[in-house]
Amino acid sequence: MIPAAFDYVRAGSAEEALAALAEHGDEAKLMAGGHSLIPLMRFRLVTPGVVVDVGNIDGDLRGIRVDGDVVRIGALTRHSELEHSTDLAASCPLLAHVASVVGDPSVRHRGTLGGSLAHADPASDLPAAILALGGSLVARGPGGEREIAASDFFTGFLESALAPDELLTEVRVPVSTGGWNYQKFNRRAQDWAIVAVAVSDGGKGVSLVNMGSTPLRATAVEEAVAGGASAAEAAAHAADGTTPPEDLNGDADYRSHLARVLTERALNAAGLA
Amino acid sequence: MSAGAVRVRLSVNGESHEIEVEPRTLLVHALRDSIGLTGTNVGCDTSSCGACTILVDGRSAKSCTMLAVQAEGSEIVTIEGLAATSDGDGLHPMQEAFHECHGLQCGYCTPGMILASVSLVDEYPDLDDKKVREGLEGNLCRCTGYHNIVRAVLTAAGKEA
Repeated sequence: MIPAAFDYVRAGSAEEALAALAEHGDEAKLMAGGHSLIPLMRFRLVTPGVVVDVGNIDGDLRGIRVDGDVVRIGALTRHSELEHSTDLAASCPLLAHVASVVGDPSVRHRGTLGGSLAHADPASDLPAAILALGGSLVARGPGGEREIAASDFFTGFLESALAPDELLTEVRVPVSTGGWNYQKFNRRAQDWAIVAVAVSDGGKGVSLVNMGSTPLRATAVEEAVAGGASAAEAAAHAADGTTPPEDLNGDADYRSHLARVLTERALNAAGLA
Repeated sequence: MSAGAVRVRLSVNGESHEIEVEPRTLLVHALRDSIGLTGTNVGCDTSSCGACTILVDGRSAKSCTMLAVQAEGSEIVTIEGLAATSDGDGLHPMQEAFHECHGLQCGYCTPGMILASVSLVDEYPDLDDKKVREGLEGNLCRCTGYHNIVRAVLTAAGKEA
């Protein structure tokens, strides 16, 4: 399975990438680590006319900086860098942990945080972590930079608020060291989650993986926790308002059941009785 | 110039290469067909099985899920060049351990399994049986049941007598 033919642009800087996007418009697709894009291209589910490779851009698009009460992460930072960063482990352990359970080590060496978020897969781990943390994403386009709240970023299945002429440059999460947990349930090693639940700050932030067409914030659970509910009471609302996908791994009822069970476990592990 | 050839410079097993590839050429095919190193196998072709695992700048990567153009400026090690990265004239210690522990049967997964294991031992200093099994989850062996593979990795890592 070889991708369909495309033209290739190697961007040496964010400005070069933006210029290529401006020139080629909808025909162009950005590629960072390529670990979401290349499989889709190989199945020919995606056939971009032009691939703009941003994978070799250095500088402020890479790295983790703790800046007061905000952690700023360059969009091209790889999963394995998040996993092993002592700065991140100290300032935002949920994100460091979630990065360590993406795919397998070989995938984590190549895949990038920005690439995973821009891909906007409801079954991916990292979008849920950013949602539970109440993070934001910085997009750079022809008109400059704008900051998009994670809760406004995921707009549909594999669709995001990122415009075709924008490049994701930075991800921001608050320093968050309160009780956290990530429950990922699957049957095969290295598979996507059938359902997963991320909890930050003792239950203030709760998000769901693979419970709809986008990564979801479990607002009903968050509200119950804020109202003083127990973990079991709050977790009973985990599937409220969701429309889970149905596939060989499970139907909607099964996924709803998983969401409730995993949410209770995650809230307990995050310190909520 | 749709599908026009792109020039890629990379180091493979310590040797510099300059190849011309279509942008859509997968790295595994460039290694096998352009450079002639057929020790890297193509397995599932869907980035699940790890048979095509190589080292890119010292870390494992699945060469069926990289475009050759992405390897520009990279240092690549394939199974053919692994032994030369270690001290001494013989096999790399990981190859030696797979041999000693009989960590293979048909051998198809072995090049990828060994390179993933070299990367794993380098990346995770506190390996135990469970961590090796988790760390090799992206490399499938359909013969051995993994027992001897895990033993080989722990032996090479100095974690098991």
